[in-house]
Amino acid sequence: MSTPSATTPSRWRALTHHHLFWPVAVLIALLLVNVPFTPDFFAIRMADGHLYGSLVSIVLFGSPLILVAVGMTLVIATGGIDLSVGAVVAITGALTCSYISDQADQNALAGVFLAMGIGLVAAVVCGLWNGFLVARMGIQPIIATLIIMVAGRGVAQLITDGQIITINSEPYKLIGGGYWLTLPFSIFVVAAVVAVTVALTRRTALGLLVESVGGNAEASRLVGIRSMRIKIMVYMFCALCAGIAGLMISSNTSAADGNNAGLWIELDAILAVVIGGTSLLGGRFSIGGTVIGALVIQTLTTTIYTIGVPTQTNLVFKAAVVIVVCLLQSPKFRAKVFGAKGRARTTAPAEPATPADAAPKMEVSR
Amino acid sequence: MLNRRNFLTAAVGVAATAGLAACAKEDGSSSDSSSGGSKAITLGFAQVGSESGWRTANTDSVKAAAKEAGFRLQFSDAQQKPENQISAIRSFIAQKVDVIAFSPVVVKGWDAVLKEAQAAKIPVILTDRSVESDESLFVTLVGSDFTDEGRRAAKILEKVLEKAGHKGKVKIAQLEGTTGAAPAIERAKGFKEVMDAEHKDDWEIVASQTGDFTRAGGKQVMQAFLQSNPDIDVLFAHNDDMGLGAIQAIEAAGKKPGKDILIVTVDGVKDGFIAMSEGKINAIVECNPLLGPQLMEVVKTVHEGGKVERWIKTKESDFMQDQAKDALPTRKY
Repeated sequence: MSTPSATTPSRWRALTHHHLFWPVAVLIALLLVNVPFTPDFFAIRMADGHLYGSLVSIVLFGSPLILVAVGMTLVIATGGIDLSVGAVVAITGALTCSYISDQADQNALAGVFLAMGIGLVAAVVCGLWNGFLVARMGIQPIIATLIIMVAGRGVAQLITDGQIITINSEPYKLIGGGYWLTLPFSIFVVAAVVAVTVALTRRTALGLLVESVGGNAEASRLVGIRSMRIKIMVYMFCALCAGIAGLMISSNTSAADGNNAGLWIELDAILAVVIGGTSLLGGRFSIGGTVIGALVIQTLTTTIYTIGVPTQTNLVFKAAVVIVVCLLQSPKFRAKVFGAKGRARTTAPAEPATPADAAPKMEVSR
Repeated sequence: MLNRRNFLTAAVGVAATAGLAACAKEDGSSSDSSSGGSKAITLGFAQVGSESGWRTANTDSVKAAAKEAGFRLQFSDAQQKPENQISAIRSFIAQKVDVIAFSPVVVKGWDAVLKEAQAAKIPVILTDRSVESDESLFVTLVGSDFTDEGRRAAKILEKVLEKAGHKGKVKIAQLEGTTGAAPAIERAKGFKEVMDAEHKDDWEIVASQTGDFTRAGGKQVMQAFLQSNPDIDVLFAHNDDMGLGAIQAIEAAGKKPGKDILIVTVDGVKDGFIAMSEGKINAIVECNPLLGPQLMEVVKTVHEGGKVERWIKTKESDFMQDQAKDALPTRKY
């Protein structure tokens, strides 16, 4: 793949075989669909001292999903799944907002930081519980995380007393709805989390360990990898990401809604991970792919609103796009559809090539 | 060994969940204590759940009104599950309560349990939502007329437009409730009815999309609307929360909610009134959850064998911006 090729066809082939090619292609296609309906879709202007436009709002509203999906990627890479992220989003938002709303001065920085700390600690505790059940108790991840998915929303409602808590805190508003250097502040948070995640998983052996646990937990344990610890860690990380997303979602509307915050975000996150090319079987993952996947989903949502798909057919439209994306991701489908010329080549080299390039690149250096 | 471990964890998990549920229950029934003697009317009330602030206010109103009226209240929270509600009603029948009232979680599937109540000669009153079953199986419905709320929204919009001095074409964006929910369908229907009848030429709904009755939904959808239709004049939101979300989106676009875009919403929760008193919402059509006192009146009449109407509509009013400040302190939810 990395061998420089002289001829255009083979360069094209290298491009189309890159694991991010199809997700990116779909993202661009979706963005272009908007143009006939909204000619100035790509236009970005200044409003109220910050950049404003569809692209900005896609990133702004997509930020929580990107965070949750990045956390989910690592969990899925270990062969697990975390259904509890939506509930964790709700719990974090509920705790943080109810703490802030009890403050005499809601704009006091110390109070806001403490509130965020409380929320995030609660999130990590949820993750610890999930990891404990999965790694130590050997419960199926889908069942183990189902507990918090169901009970967590009830906990969030107990915290908020069944009400929507509205707060009026300028500093807290920044994280999910504010702007910094004319850009949504959440972009910086997402960039930081993604950068740290990529650095930890691709610059250290951590990513390799995660993938080996996902590939074969027992074998990893036998070669001396503490697979239990790795698993607990990824669930905690996933919950932390969900917690930050929870802060963003509640900050974006300056309100904590125990019942609806982060509802079904776990499904969108899993979808984002899959669109990004991470295998649900575990063993390999792509953070970049997940980010693109989350953007695809958010763009799809925005597109539905902008082009005016009738409400009743929203979900059908969404499903149709998702089917197309998943089919495009399937090498078998592409081989069948995109002509006989590719068939001879794709089936043979593509199969072994994909795992080799997506998987560990760093083990040589360590 | 591993199996036993699994079992233990599962047991702990179940115990923890049950503990939470127990807390919730205890919390919910704390005000059930009878305030009357043995002759007091016993009312079995099966609530939908506690899915929104509106619902919580509804529950509180029923509890307070029952206490006020001196009824014995058996309260059950179905947590949005019809099967919970059916078993609650069955236990009311077994306890031989005098009257059963409930807000059906879903529209269908009540025939069997309602027949059991009829056989036990216990009158059934529906609150807030209706059911699709034989009309003889329940006495009456105490609740809002969602279609009428839509009509009232259109009517009050006329006043709002007049007050703002708006002339000519009106481009309307609509934020719908959860797709398929009765309030969403009927509010849209009522609004369109008036629009088609009286404003066929000058009003136009240029964008309509569901915001799922949530603030986050309202904000996101409105942001997209502003992009695809920058010249929206009016926003009609099926509930306050979506309207509140939309206000933030309008502000982010550098426009003034309540001035550049006129806003009419339905419900009348406290936060909605606060926004209206700040001039960001132009009018609110009330959908009143405080139907406790009305319900207790009906319960009394029915218990004494009196006749009541098939549909007793909740007392509701409409509020314009200038009434917001006065009405604000009275908002309980």
